[in-house]
Amino acid sequence: MIEILGLLGNGVWDAIQPLNLVLIVVGVTLGLFIGAMPGLGSVNGVAILLPITFLVPSGSAIIFLAAIYYGAMYGGAISSITLGIPGASTAVATTFDGRPLAMQGKARLALVVAALASFVGGTVANVLFTGFAPLLATVALNFGPPEIFARMLLAFATFVGLGGDDIAKTVFSICVGLVLATVGFDQISGAPRLIFGDIPGFLRGISFLVLAIGVYGIGEMLWTIDSTRGKITTTEAEMSVKGAVEDAKEGTRRGWKGTTIGSFLGFFVGILPAAGATPGSLMAYGVTKLVSKNPEEFGRGHPGGVAAPEAANNSASTGSMLPMLTLGIPGSPTTAILLGGMVIWGLTPGPRLFVDQPDFVWGLIGSFYVSNLFALIVNLSFIPLFIWMLRMPFTILASMIFVLSVVGGYAATRDMHDVWLMLGFGFAAFMLRKLDYPLAPAVLAIVLGPIAEPTLRQSLLLSSGDPSIFFTRPVAGPITIIALVLIFLPLFKFLWERLRGTGSSQPV
Amino acid sequence: MRRAELVTAGVLALFSIYLMWKSAELRIGYIRGEGPGGGAWPFWLSAIMLVCTGVIALNALRGRSPPSRSEEPLLDAYGKKTLLMVGGGIFGFIALIDIVSMYGAMFFFLIYYLKFLGRHSWRLTMGFAILAPILFFFFFEALMRIPMPKGLPFLEPVFNYLNTIIY
Repeated sequence: MIEILGLLGNGVWDAIQPLNLVLIVVGVTLGLFIGAMPGLGSVNGVAILLPITFLVPSGSAIIFLAAIYYGAMYGGAISSITLGIPGASTAVATTFDGRPLAMQGKARLALVVAALASFVGGTVANVLFTGFAPLLATVALNFGPPEIFARMLLAFATFVGLGGDDIAKTVFSICVGLVLATVGFDQISGAPRLIFGDIPGFLRGISFLVLAIGVYGIGEMLWTIDSTRGKITTTEAEMSVKGAVEDAKEGTRRGWKGTTIGSFLGFFVGILPAAGATPGSLMAYGVTKLVSKNPEEFGRGHPGGVAAPEAANNSASTGSMLPMLTLGIPGSPTTAILLGGMVIWGLTPGPRLFVDQPDFVWGLIGSFYVSNLFALIVNLSFIPLFIWMLRMPFTILASMIFVLSVVGGYAATRDMHDVWLMLGFGFAAFMLRKLDYPLAPAVLAIVLGPIAEPTLRQSLLLSSGDPSIFFTRPVAGPITIIALVLIFLPLFKFLWERLRGTGSSQPV
Repeated sequence: MRRAELVTAGVLALFSIYLMWKSAELRIGYIRGEGPGGGAWPFWLSAIMLVCTGVIALNALRGRSPPSRSEEPLLDAYGKKTLLMVGGGIFGFIALIDIVSMYGAMFFFLIYYLKFLGRHSWRLTMGFAILAPILFFFFFEALMRIPMPKGLPFLEPVFNYLNTIIY
């Protein structure tokens, strides 16, 4: 315990070094803005801005990106409350009570509650993270190829079992990501593989960034422009120190329960790969309403209904970092991109990071605490500015994002082939998104593919082709079984309902 | 959207078959002493994709997925316009890069987007269109030392001059 505190102290010290501190402040401010803009979430920000972080050392780069992630979780609430439309999917539940509060002229109360709950959620999650991460990493250190493959399978299984999207489309999305990851050279035999049309550009493989920027920078933007054609009205929020203090008091009195529930629930839901911050915040809202003495007030402007999802989405974003750092499995699309970034920086994500790169890991963990504090300060001090910026015409923002996407897509690999490929992915993503195909699994899969395939092949080589190796080993076995249960869960549910004669309209 | 759902499933099924065929260029069976062949992993994944497209099509035929129940077209007039104007704009941007350099293409794209799609004032448009390429130039070429495409040779003198500033 004392050892962990020492390491954490070093990490926080690392995070407040001038360069890192500047990056944290810039990161949370950018994140707040990105989170507040409808149509942009942390994943868009991190995907589009990753290529420009090659300027600074990897430790600082990930601190910057994590700060964006943090800021975006705070920022989502701003537009949920003042515009009535969630700034990011993670802030959907915040609109339920945040918007009614704003309509009653209590926008400031909602914004202050959101910021405070976010801070508490982030802090609780950071403490849980600091306690759990080293422990989990130590356990994971002894993992061999079968265990690593089993946990990849589990990551994908959670999308199928818990994702809530059309199952066939989810599985398709996972497989397409994994297949795209195999383009280039076969890692084991060295033979060229899937070189479409013998175009030499494919020999270098498809960088996950090309897919991520195509999907989140171009596809999602086209989708947002297409779907938000109506005019948006903003509510004003008068900010004053005295008023904010009073609101903080009222918010604490009426929102502490929601904050507590959100903080803990969010963290544990955030750890699950497919779940992440969006379902975490929805669940926190639901549970808080369920245990409330006045559930009928929810949906009409109860501060607890703002506190719960906001505490949960911050807590979940830290939670999703846990499997990323300790097991090398991203807990959310944003962490998938961070993980891909780590690979580009020459780091091998997984438990060995804690042994080989303690400065990197603890600097990042330390930065969570610092980012959380700065996100609160920047958020509360600049709320009027963010509201003003939300009125900026979308065409200005969209043009900048397209420029950043094209430039970032080129900077990532310095090849025009990849820029064209990115555009192709962008168009495909737009069409598929319109047809309800989930795209996050594909991005996760292209990041995990290069780890999943060799571990599968090495495992099968170890067992001379016998797949039972995934079931008989003490750690891999239970993980594989849980993964399979999750994959077949929707099918079981479907059959069960059929047997009972209730029928189901859910597609399997 | 029902038709779009079915057509997309069909296209994706063909894509999956193509991927299976392409993966089979490498060995897809188990090689003694080497483990599964290089084509096995993508081959079987593509096979799963093919099965998925079948299920998607079946669900669409039975009207079980939301898009297949929707009467709306995949792209209405506004959607088509978005794709054409915005998507076409990005296409033009990328196509121009090899001719007028990354920075020149950015300049023209911003004028197109802000003035013709956004209907902003000339002052704002030109402000963004001129400032953005300059900022990006100094950020990428000077700070990060990542050279961006410089376009056709007629632009060489311009960049030679700019390079004397940053180097």
